[in-house]
Amino acid sequence: MRKVYNKINQIAGSVITIQASGVAYNELAEITTDAGPALAQVISMRGDNVSLLVFAGTRGISTASEIRFLGKQLETSYTPALLGRVFDGSGRPRDKGPAMQENMIPIKGPAVNPAKRIIPKNMIRTGIPMIDIFNTLVESQKLPIFSIPGEPYNELLARIAMHAEVDLLILGGMGLKYDDYLFFRDTFEKEGILSRSILYVHTAADPSVECIQVPDTCLSVAEKFALDGKRVLVLLTDMTNYADSLKEIAITMEQIPSNRGYPGDLYSSLAARYERAVDFEGAGSITVLAVTTMPGDDVTHPVPDNTGYITEGQFYLRNGRIEPFGSLSRLKQQVNGETRGDHRQIMNTMIQLYASARDSMEKQSMGFRMSDWDLKLIKYSDRFESEMMDLSVALPLEEALDLGWKILSDIFEPSETGIPTRLIEQFWPRETAKVGAAPAE
Amino acid sequence: MSQKGSYGTIVGVNGNMLTVEFGESISQNEVGYAILGDKRLMAEVIRVRGTVADMQVFEDTQGLTVGGQVEFTDEMLSVELGPGLLTQVFDGLQNPLPRLAEQFGFFLERGNYISALPRDLTWDFAAVVNVGDTVMAGDTLGIVPEGLFQHRIMVPFSLRGVAKVKSIVSEGGYTVEQEVAVLETEAGDLSVSMVQTWPVKVPIRCFEERMKPTEQMITKQRILDTLFPVAKGGTFCVPGPFGAGKTVLQQLTSRHADVDVVVVAACGERAGEVVETLREFPHLTDPRTGKSLMERTIIICNTSSMPVAAREASVYTAVTLAEYYRQMGLSVLLLADSTSRWAQALREMSGRLEEIPGEEAFPAYLESVIASFYERAGIVRLRDGSIGSVTIGGTVSPAGGDFEEPVTQATLKVVGAFHGLSRERSDARRYPAIHPLDSWSKYPSLIESETLDLARQILRQGHDVEEMMKVVEEEGTAIEDFMMYLKADYLDASYLQQDAFNDVDAATSGERQKHVFDFVAKVLRTELKFQEHAEARQFFLSLTQTTRDWNRAEWESDEFKDVEKKLHQMLAEVTK
Ligand SMILES: Nc1ncnc2c1ncn2[C@@H]1O[C@H](COP(=O)(O)OP(=O)(O)OP(=O)(O)O)[C@@H](O)[C@H]1O
Ligand SMILES: [Mg+2]
Repeated sequence: MRKVYNKINQIAGSVITIQASGVAYNELAEITTDAGPALAQVISMRGDNVSLLVFAGTRGISTASEIRFLGKQLETSYTPALLGRVFDGSGRPRDKGPAMQENMIPIKGPAVNPAKRIIPKNMIRTGIPMIDIFNTLVESQKLPIFSIPGEPYNELLARIAMHAEVDLLILGGMGLKYDDYLFFRDTFEKEGILSRSILYVHTAADPSVECIQVPDTCLSVAEKFALDGKRVLVLLTDMTNYADSLKEIAITMEQIPSNRGYPGDLYSSLAARYERAVDFEGAGSITVLAVTTMPGDDVTHPVPDNTGYITEGQFYLRNGRIEPFGSLSRLKQQVNGETRGDHRQIMNTMIQLYASARDSMEKQSMGFRMSDWDLKLIKYSDRFESEMMDLSVALPLEEALDLGWKILSDIFEPSETGIPTRLIEQFWPRETAKVGAAPAE
Repeated sequence: MSQKGSYGTIVGVNGNMLTVEFGESISQNEVGYAILGDKRLMAEVIRVRGTVADMQVFEDTQGLTVGGQVEFTDEMLSVELGPGLLTQVFDGLQNPLPRLAEQFGFFLERGNYISALPRDLTWDFAAVVNVGDTVMAGDTLGIVPEGLFQHRIMVPFSLRGVAKVKSIVSEGGYTVEQEVAVLETEAGDLSVSMVQTWPVKVPIRCFEERMKPTEQMITKQRILDTLFPVAKGGTFCVPGPFGAGKTVLQQLTSRHADVDVVVVAACGERAGEVVETLREFPHLTDPRTGKSLMERTIIICNTSSMPVAAREASVYTAVTLAEYYRQMGLSVLLLADSTSRWAQALREMSGRLEEIPGEEAFPAYLESVIASFYERAGIVRLRDGSIGSVTIGGTVSPAGGDFEEPVTQATLKVVGAFHGLSRERSDARRYPAIHPLDSWSKYPSLIESETLDLARQILRQGHDVEEMMKVVEEEGTAIEDFMMYLKADYLDASYLQQDAFNDVDAATSGERQKHVFDFVAKVLRTELKFQEHAEARQFFLSLTQTTRDWNRAEWESDEFKDVEKKLHQMLAEVTK
């Protein structure tokens, strides 16, 4: 029988300290409080002094609360019965279904041996031209969505979830507004994808530190499904809340912060999670899309900054659109050579012209004289923004490429685009090619 | 040092740091194993105070208990040196990853260690000394062919003073552990096999003299070789914000640099990037040797999700292997991506040790640690007269992309060349995104300095004009100024920028660089007869386009010569 302790020496933030022996590092303990049992984890041991992180926070814990060590680590259930279910940040049901106790797996696992990874090679279609054409999402990629609060990043995640050609979706919510949680649940249900989804949702109403289990839970379950041959898409929102919880714990533990209060190991903590994105040789894969809100729209803030150093590119969501310049899928060249012969060309040409259009608009705003070319570019930029960039546009890649040719040929002469003759002959829409630039609209 | 097999007791656990009470004596950097059931977790002593030692564990510490046992080894953190290191992929502690995968599958479970050099392979040993010869540490006893090289089997670097060869085996096949020689030393007979171990944090110093690095290491990246060259035995750093192109530039350098051996240290970065190297190198031919690139490469891979403490070890493991091949009279290039992750590992540990922090919580000794790492580069004359070198290049990942931060600043103080990447250039897709005005090098270039000064001056002036044109209309700029801008832009767009994804353009030999730069310099020097802005702009647009075609044409091919002729014509037509 394990010993029960009932003398807490210190309570600070989410951390309590007791005197105990025979305790294992990272072991779980249960604390009896008036409000019911609370879960805690050993985070440091010094002689007999053991510090525990209480996930639900220390409110209501008294120095005489009972503490029982459980002799196990953080774990979660892995079974096909998870599909269609909704849990909270600690894995308790949020829906009316039963609690899951079977086949418990640890939520923290060792790293994948790099020698067992393969070079990613499959595109994940999303039906969003700004992704599919310009910054293709690749199976096993880890990509953040950088955005400021108020942008429709959760809508974007939901849209990608609806269209993405994957076997399984796992949504991890951290500090999610309750309305947003309902939005995800209802959308998934309405779109008929809930039955192949698992939701672990920590909301803003829950104790803040409780959200630190969410990424590990999602990713360990994803890993098991992937090893079982499934292609899993993990959606995390919002990783900045996760990082803020790490900060809160570090401050309670009196660690010396490195940058704006964040702990020195923020990079390692984030990387350990993102790096679980993987394409297993001979099995399935994990792809990770993670919302990272940028406080003050500042990409040099420690959370987006460290994230950028870890992920394989980023999507910037700004003014309700995926910004074409800062956004980058670093893996796109692995797949966009094999989609359609004009994919890379359309990608490059449309962006180059859009960049030139920005210069023209800048000149316009400075009151400089506009040439015919400037005016053409501005017209092009309007159409590009409304027909391609707008987030409501949903088109399969091929149709989106065709639309690209249509826009180009409505406005420009072939020679003005710099596209090689070979591709012009093959793809430039016929009617307009003969008569030259047709007036748009 | 402690008695082999002496024990300590865990009295504290905090993240990956253990506090251990020990009975007998132990030494700094000694390795010990924390015992956890049937697992043994490797750890290193990093501080001793009274009867307790702080140890960093190279594994996850979950499950360790106060009262648990630590077994000391009486050895410092070391690597194995011997034939068979080339082509291998190791983790930061020199465990071969492919063999770990074979034995243990998808995951790197903690506590699994495998010796670096295969024990079952035999190597053809041929002695070069005779019984009775006098030898010193680092002298060659015999050679074995290892892929492209004659691998020297050397007198252990730890030998003090002189020794006499007492016996040496005859020519034939031996495994690394078999005895190949016995040396008579002051301390008695010493049995020598083909493998020796060496503590990673101690530089190998068996050479006659360290020389000044002057011979250029050609990287085939034009902006580097021409403007910011690196010398064999020199050091350079590549700081830049995320996504600016540090890793791509290192990958290009690891492929094209004209050195004998390349050690790639992937330190705390993405696993996916190593996988690219790992899977592609065996299929890429090294133009110098006609063999696969893997034959000259060693990869040390401690990616970001692997244990943090081993990240710190990985750069030392890498540099020790580099020094070992230098001892064979070879030129070795060590590329570390990213040194910031290693500095962060130091920071994490320093925080756990509750040391007084310096700037951004980095330890106060950060600068000296970085300096002594880069000091392990150098070009040396060995005792037999041959020359070996270790060149070190490290990327730096500054927080917020700001070069004022401690790691960048500490690195800049000690390196010989600074290749600073700029967000502005990478956003404009001007690759390699090395900033041509901010970067510098102390090493000599393959282009004479007079021409370089001119090029630099034009770049600077062109930049000033460009800034000015942002507020004045193009038409309002004096034609001479405008021309300066166009020339600077031409130099940038057609020479400094290089297309990494075009097979020909991706690598420009030194000879070709000289040839092409000759023409580019001629354009810079020539007075042109333009009166109109538009006319001048049009000319430079097509000159740039044609020069880029030239860059994509095979060296000395007909196409190359045709385009060259055309370029000279174009220039002649507009010369004043
Ligand atoms: N020389 C180049 N030519 C073409 N594209 C490049 C070049 N260098 C970088 N890129 C583009 O930029 C992307 C990011 O480059 P890279 O991975 O080298 O950045 P990094 O500086 O190492 O970033 P991080 O600090 O996040 O690791 C690449 O995936 C590629 O798309
Ligand atoms: Mg990189």
